[in-house]
Amino acid sequence: MPATLRRRTPGSRPGGRPGTEADDATEGHTRADGTGTARRGRGPRLRKAGGAGRQLHAGPFAYAVLVLFTVGSLFPLVWTAIAASRDNQRLAETPPPFWFGGNLFANLTTAWQDANMGKALVNTVFVAGCITLSTVLFATLAGYAFAKLRFRAKNLLLMMVIGTMMVPPQLSVVPLFMAVAELEWTNQLQAVILPMMVNAFGVFFMRQYLTGALPTELIEAARVDGAHSLRIVWHVVFPVARPAMAVLGMLTFVLAWNEFFWPIIALTQDNPTVQVALTGLGRGYIPDESVIMAGALLGTLPLLIAFTLFGKQIVGGVMQGAVKG
Amino acid sequence: MTSSRTDPLPGARATTAPPAAGAAGRAHRQVRGGRRRHRWDARFSPYAFIAPFFLFFAAFGLFPLLYTGWASLHRVSLHDPTHMEWVGLQNFSRLLEDDFFWNALRNTFTIGVLSTVPQLLMALGLAHLLNYKLRGSTFFRVAVLTPYATSVAAATLVFAMLFGRDYGMINWALGLVGIDHVDWENGTWTSQLAVSAIVVWRWTGYNALIYLAAMQAVPHDLYESAALDGASRWQQFRHVTVPSLRPTILFTVVVSTIGATQLFGEPLLFGGSQTGGGSHQYQTLGLYLYEQGWFNFQLGRASAIAWAMLLILIAVGLLNWLIARRLGRTR
Repeated sequence: MPATLRRRTPGSRPGGRPGTEADDATEGHTRADGTGTARRGRGPRLRKAGGAGRQLHAGPFAYAVLVLFTVGSLFPLVWTAIAASRDNQRLAETPPPFWFGGNLFANLTTAWQDANMGKALVNTVFVAGCITLSTVLFATLAGYAFAKLRFRAKNLLLMMVIGTMMVPPQLSVVPLFMAVAELEWTNQLQAVILPMMVNAFGVFFMRQYLTGALPTELIEAARVDGAHSLRIVWHVVFPVARPAMAVLGMLTFVLAWNEFFWPIIALTQDNPTVQVALTGLGRGYIPDESVIMAGALLGTLPLLIAFTLFGKQIVGGVMQGAVKG
Repeated sequence: MTSSRTDPLPGARATTAPPAAGAAGRAHRQVRGGRRRHRWDARFSPYAFIAPFFLFFAAFGLFPLLYTGWASLHRVSLHDPTHMEWVGLQNFSRLLEDDFFWNALRNTFTIGVLSTVPQLLMALGLAHLLNYKLRGSTFFRVAVLTPYATSVAAATLVFAMLFGRDYGMINWALGLVGIDHVDWENGTWTSQLAVSAIVVWRWTGYNALIYLAAMQAVPHDLYESAALDGASRWQQFRHVTVPSLRPTILFTVVVSTIGATQLFGEPLLFGGSQTGGGSHQYQTLGLYLYEQGWFNFQLGRASAIAWAMLLILIAVGLLNWLIARRLGRTR
C-alpha cells in the first residue's frame, strides 16, 4: 500500500520552494524502500531531459476513446438536468428527451420546498464545513507529528492510523445509534458531525506531504530560537502545509457532502442533509420523476461548480495521495 | 519569545548591586526553567498533536467497533436499545441458517466482482491514454473525475431512471438495435449488472487517476530500453507498465474490495427499498444489516452481520497480503 501513497515526483509537488534539495535528502532518509530514493536520487536533471519531450503523442484513436469516456462520465449529469427541466408526463414517453424543456425552475422550486432541499443544502454546508475544518486541522497536527517529530511507538501508532482506514462504517452504526438515542440527538446535526471529525486518510495524506515539503532544519532552527511547539506549528508548519491543507479540505468536503450511511440512520426528513433528502425522494416521498431529478441536480450542483473552479487542484490531490475516504 | 524571558533586565543590573544579583539568579533559574519547559514541550507535544485524532477515533471508531461485538451477543430491540438481553452466540448461529444472509453474501460477492473487475480494467486503459501527451489533458482528467463528485444518492436516482423498464434510455437504445425491453430491476443478473454499472461509473475515473500517477513515476529509460529491444506499444504496456504498477494495482484491488463489501446506497436507492428488490435479488450485506436493524428492529442481529462483514474483510486482507508476498517473492 505505501507505494501508492508515496508517489510524488519532485516536479508535481505543489509547494516547490527554496530548500528543496534539503527536503529531498531528508525524504530519501525517511523512505523505507530503495526505489523511491533511487528515483529521487537521479534528480531533476534527468527529468528535464526526459520529461514531457519523450512522452508519446496521443493518436486519433486515443482521443476518440477519451472523448467516449468523457461523454460517458458527463452524460448522466447532463441528462439529470434535462430530465429536471421536463415534466413527469414527458419522462413517461419514448424516445426519452434529449434536450431541455421549460420546467426547470418550477421543478427546482418544488424540490426546494416540498422535498426540503433548501434546508438540506443549508444543513449540508454546515455539516460538511465543520467536518472539513476539524479534519484538516487535526490531520495537519497529527501528520506533522508523524512526519517530523520523534516519539515513542510512532511506527506502531502510524500503522494503527492506516489500519483504521479499513474499518467500514457499518461496524459503528449500532452503538452510535444507541448513543444518539440515549442522548436524544436524533435529528440533530452534531450527531452526524462528531463521528466524522477526524479521518485517517487525512493524517496519512498530511504526513506524506510534510515529510517531503517541510525541511527539518526549519523546525530545528525555530526550536533553537526558543519557539515552543505551538508557535512552530503556527509559524512554520501551517504556512508550508497550506497547499496540501487546501487540497485535503476539498477532498474532505466532497466526501462529507456525500456521506450517506450514517446520516440516513441518524437524521430524518424533518432535518435532513442533502443525501437524506435525496433518499426520501428515492423512496417515493414525491412521486414525480422530474422533481426527483431536480432534487438530484440541486444536491450535486454545488460540488459540480466547485469541480469546474478547482478541478485541477482536486485532480492533483487525488493523484498525490489517493485513498477512498 | 524565550529570549525576552531569559534576558535579565538591563536596567536592574545598572542601578544597585544586590538586586542585580537577585535578577541574575532569577534569570538563571528562568533559563533552567525555560529549558526544562522546553524539554517537556519537545517530549510531550507530539502526543498532544496526535491526541485529537486518536481520541476521536477511540470514541467513534474503536469503541463502537468493540461494542458492536458485545451487542452481537445480545438481543437488542431498536425500540429499547438500552435493554440488552444476553443470548450468547445465538445471533451468529442464526445467521448461518439464514437464507437471506447467504443470499446477501452471494450478491455482495457477485456485485463486487461485476463492479470491481471492469472498473479497474477500464481505469488501467484510461490511465494509459491519459498518460499520452494530450491537448486538454486537464479537461479530460477533471471530466473523468466528475462522477466521483456525484453522490451515491444522486447517481443512483439518475441510473434508476436510465435503467427504467418502459421509458428508460438504455432500453430505448437497446430497442434501436432490436433488443426487446429488459426488465433490469426484476431480474437477478440484470439488476446486479445495473447496480454494478453505477459503481463502475462513479469510480473508474478516480482509479484511473491513481494509476496515472503511478505511471508517471515509471522511469522513462525502462520504456526506452524496451523500445530498443523492439517491443511494441502493447508489449511495453504489458511488460513495463503493468509490472511497475503492481503495488498500485494491488492497492486499488484492496480498496475496491473494501468498498464492494460495504456496498449499501446503490442497492438501497436503485429500487427504493431495503429488501433489495422483490425477491432480494440485489440485497447486499450492508443492506441486509440495515433491514435487520432498522426495519426488523433487531439491533443484535444487525451487529452480528456487521461483525461477519469485519471477519470477511480481515480474511480478504490476509488473502491479499499473502498474494502480495507471493508476488514479491517470485519477482
